[in-house]
Amino acid sequence: MRHTISVLVENKFGVLTRVAGMFSGRGFNIDSLNVAPTHDPSLSRITVVLMGDTSALDLAIKQLRKLVNVVDAIDFKEGQAVVRELMLVKVKADSKTRSEIMQICDIFRTKIVNVSTTDVIIEVTGDEGKAAAFLKLLEPFGVLELARTGVLALKR
Amino acid sequence: MPKSTSPSTAFPQPEIGREMKGADCVVECLVREGVDVIFAYPGGASQELHQALARTDKIRVILPRHEQGGSFAAEGYARATGKVGVCMATSGPGATNLISAIADAFMDSIPLVAITGQVRSEYIGKMAFQETDFYGMTLPIVKHSYLVMDARDLPRVFKEAFHIANSGRPGPVIIDIPKNVQQALIQPVFPASVTFSNPLLGALPRASDDQLKQLLALISESKRPVIYAGGGIISSGAHAELKAFAETTNLMVATTLMGVGAFPETHKLSLQWFGMHGAAYGNWAVDQCDLLLCLGARFDDRITGATEPFAAGAKIVHLDIDASEHNKNKRVQFPIVSDVKYALHRLNELLAVHRFAPPETKAWHTQLNAWKRDYPFSYEESRHIVPQEAVQALYELTKGDAIIATGVGQHQMWAAQFYRFTEPRRYLSSLGLGAMGFGYPAALGAKVACPDKQVIDIDGDGSFMMDIQELATAKIEKIAAKAMILNNQHLGMVVQWEDRFYGSVRGNTILGDENNVGGPDNPDALYPDFVKIAEGFGVKGRRVIRKSELREAIQEMLDHDGPYVLDVIVPFTEHVLPMIPAGKTVKDMILK
Repeated sequence: MRHTISVLVENKFGVLTRVAGMFSGRGFNIDSLNVAPTHDPSLSRITVVLMGDTSALDLAIKQLRKLVNVVDAIDFKEGQAVVRELMLVKVKADSKTRSEIMQICDIFRTKIVNVSTTDVIIEVTGDEGKAAAFLKLLEPFGVLELARTGVLALKR
Repeated sequence: MPKSTSPSTAFPQPEIGREMKGADCVVECLVREGVDVIFAYPGGASQELHQALARTDKIRVILPRHEQGGSFAAEGYARATGKVGVCMATSGPGATNLISAIADAFMDSIPLVAITGQVRSEYIGKMAFQETDFYGMTLPIVKHSYLVMDARDLPRVFKEAFHIANSGRPGPVIIDIPKNVQQALIQPVFPASVTFSNPLLGALPRASDDQLKQLLALISESKRPVIYAGGGIISSGAHAELKAFAETTNLMVATTLMGVGAFPETHKLSLQWFGMHGAAYGNWAVDQCDLLLCLGARFDDRITGATEPFAAGAKIVHLDIDASEHNKNKRVQFPIVSDVKYALHRLNELLAVHRFAPPETKAWHTQLNAWKRDYPFSYEESRHIVPQEAVQALYELTKGDAIIATGVGQHQMWAAQFYRFTEPRRYLSSLGLGAMGFGYPAALGAKVACPDKQVIDIDGDGSFMMDIQELATAKIEKIAAKAMILNNQHLGMVVQWEDRFYGSVRGNTILGDENNVGGPDNPDALYPDFVKIAEGFGVKGRRVIRKSELREAIQEMLDHDGPYVLDVIVPFTEHVLPMIPAGKTVKDMILK
C-alpha cells in the first residue's frame, strides 16, 4: 500500500539520515522525499512517500517517534491531508508547437516560467494525478528534463 | 509543541565555569554526572582527554587491553549497578572496536555512554589518518549520537547524553569529539537541565487506572494465568513491586534471560526462566496459560519460537514502556504503554484498596508444580566433571551470592540453569546480541562497581579466548574478578547444532588439533594451556580435570584475593537441554 508520511523533526545535521535509515534499514524503498524548514526555523518537515506493508510501516513509524530529534510522525490516511507537488518540466517547443503547448498549459492552469527558441520550462503544481495527466499530454512534444519536489502534505 | 525536560539534579542553576580546554570540560561534565570510573584506551585523537583525566582525582581511569574489553567492562559496570557505564577510545580503529559493545547495549537496553576522539574537524571527510565516520557507522545501533563541532556545546551534549542513556528505555549514546574541539579554550556554561523537542523523552508513560483495573479483572476471570517478566523489571528497578504483586495475586512468574533475578528463582511462585533453553515447566506454563501478563519484555524469537502458536490460547497483556514493542513480534489484545515500575506499584495500591477476587488457580498451580517437580533442569552424572555440575558446585559454594558474568554459548545457558538467582543484576550476559568475549571484561566492570561481591565469569574456552587480554587489566588494575572456564575444546553450542541438525559434521568448531582433540580422557592434548597463559599475565590459575578435586578447586578460586582462572576440563558431548529448536514450538521441545 502507498503511504504518505509526515515527520516533524529538529533542524539539525544527521536527522534526515536517521529518518531515512529507519526506512532503508527495514527494506522500504522511498518513492519521494522532501525536507525543508517550517515557519519555525528550528524545525523541519520531512514528507516521505513509499510503498509498504502497513503493519511493518506502523512499526517503523513508532520507532521513528523514538528518535531524539523527532517531534512527531504521522502516516496520513487517504483524504486526511492536503497533498501537493511542484514539478518543473522542460519540453521541446519551437514556433510551430509553442502555441499548442501554451493551450495545454492554460487548461491545466500551469505556468510557463522560461522560454527559449528550442524549449519551454513549465511549472506545475497539483496532486500526483494532475502531474501525470499533464505529462502524458506533453510527451508527444518531447520532454527533455524534469525535476519535482515530491509530495508535500499537511493535515486538513 | 510539547517539550520534555530532564530533571535538574545536584546543580539546579546553570553555572558558568572557569576558562578551560574542551577536554577538561568533558572531564568536568563526567564528574557532574557522577561518573566515578571510565574504561578508556588512549590514542592520538583522544590523548587530550586522557591528559585532562590525568588532571583529576575524581574519576578512576581503567586501561583495558583492547577497546572491546573496555566497552564490555563499561557494560558490566552498568548491568551490575544500573548506572551509566562509560568507555572511551580514540578515533578510527579505537572507535570501531567499541561497536560490538554499543550494539550489545542497544539490544539489551543498557545505559552506556561511549566517548570517541575524532580527527581534527578540518580533516573530517578527507580520509585522514585513523579517521572513520563513527557517527555515521553507529546510527542503526545507538539510542542517540553526537558529533561535537563546537566545544561550547559540550556541557549540553553531555547532560543530554546521560539523560538519554539512562531514562525511559535505556540504551547507548555515543559522543564523537574532534581533537581540535578537545583543545579549544572555552568558558563552559553547565546547564541545570536540558530540554528535548521529543515528548517521549520527558516524564515516563503511566498506565491509566482503567487499564490497570481491566488487567486485574482479567486476572480474576482467568483460570490459568502466568506472568512473563523481562529485563524491563530490572532496568526500572521493579523487582520488589513484582514480588509483592505476584504474591498478592498468587501468580506464578516465568522470566526471560534478561529478566533473570527479577523474581527470586527460589520462590515457590517462580517458574525460573523460559525460552529456547529455558525450563520445560516455564515453557509449558506459557503455552497452556489462558492469560499471559508480559511485563517489560519484547517477545524475542528465542522466547517465542514460532510466534503464531506462541501462547495461542491466551489473552495477552503486554505492558511495556516502549510503544514500538507492541504488536511488533506478537499481536496482543491488551497493549499498555507504561513504566512497569509505576504500573506494578499502582497495581499493588489498587489491590490494597479494591476488592480483588483472586482467580481459582488451584488446579493450575498443582499442574505447574507437578511439572516443576518432574522436569527440573537436570543432567546425568558422569565419571568426568560435566559442565552443569561445575555450575551447580559454584552455586552451592558461593551460597548463591555472587555476580555471574558469562560469555556466549552452552556455558551461558548452563550458568542460567544451574545457578539460582534471587536478586536482579546478578546474571550479566550478552543476550540480544550474543557477543562472545563479553564475560571476563563484563566481570571486571562488575567487580569495579561491586568490590565487596564475588564476581565470577562462567565462560567457555572459545568465548574466554576472545577477550583473554583483559587478564592484564585485572592484574595491573588489581581487579579480583574470577573466571571459571568450562573448557570442552570446542565451540559447544555450534557443536550441539551440528549434532542435532547437521549430522555431527564439524565445521570449524574444534578449537585445538582436530586430529588429537583434548579432553578429560586426553589431557595431554588440551589446548591452549590457560593456566600458563594466566601465569604469563601474573594471574593465578589452576586446571581441574578430576571430579574429586572440583569443589576444592572452586573453593581455592573463591578464597583467592586476586584475579583467578579456573580451567575446568569437561567433555564436549553434553547438550544444553531442554531445547526448542529455532522457529519451532513448545511441542517440538527436546527434553532428552
